[in-house]
Amino acid sequence: MSVKVIIPTPLRVYAGKADSIDVSAKTVGEALGQLTSKFGDLRKHLFTEEGKLRSFVNVYVNDEDIRYLSKENTPTKDGDTISIVPSIAGGLP
Amino acid sequence: MANAAQLKISPELADKIRAHGAQTYPHECCGALLGRDTEVADRRVYREIHALHPLVNRRDDSPSNRFSLTSQDVLDAEKAARQQGLEVVGWYHSHPDHPARPSQFDRDHAWPWYSYIIVSVANRIPEEMTSWRLADDRTEFECEEIGLQRVAS
Repeated sequence: MSVKVIIPTPLRVYAGKADSIDVSAKTVGEALGQLTSKFGDLRKHLFTEEGKLRSFVNVYVNDEDIRYLSKENTPTKDGDTISIVPSIAGGLP
Repeated sequence: MANAAQLKISPELADKIRAHGAQTYPHECCGALLGRDTEVADRRVYREIHALHPLVNRRDDSPSNRFSLTSQDVLDAEKAARQQGLEVVGWYHSHPDHPARPSQFDRDHAWPWYSYIIVSVANRIPEEMTSWRLADDRTEFECEEIGLQRVAS
């Protein structure tokens, strides 16, 4: 299934400055896997060392948060758009 | 990161960040930095802050030592930036009664490319202001020089 992955501004430098990348994938997990296979430098900013999506990385399929769907097993179909949207956090030690 | 950008911000906007930190003390303030990157003749990149987009700290369970912004806050800031012909180039927050140095928690949650301005606020008095960018390998923050000057529109 051909899906478009929207790259957030802070990660575009690691994706050849592209604001979106087309991949062929049946699930969100597959799409992100293909994205990070193609652009290896993205991996550490999207995933922990254990391979889990970082908590401040929000992923939507056509405006629906995958946390409320099937997470990375959320199926995708032709023409879907996957958006990676940051949330921001910080604070004292 | 090659050629770490210098950040330019007007004294007025820098004062607004300080004022926001004083206003929310003893809680952390936060907001978006709106601006653009400009590459100059010697291939150095300057990041110019043209506007701020103050936001509400969503960590109402621990606002004195934590701040967070939702993805919707980020999308709202990006929309505000686009409306002004700018983009979100970073975020600011305050450290109540703590130095303007990024913490491990800051680093664990940071995104690359963004500038992170931190202002220290002690007893409601704004003090040092610093800016940082996460290294490509996420192992550290690199200090970004702040140039206080008016930026061209």
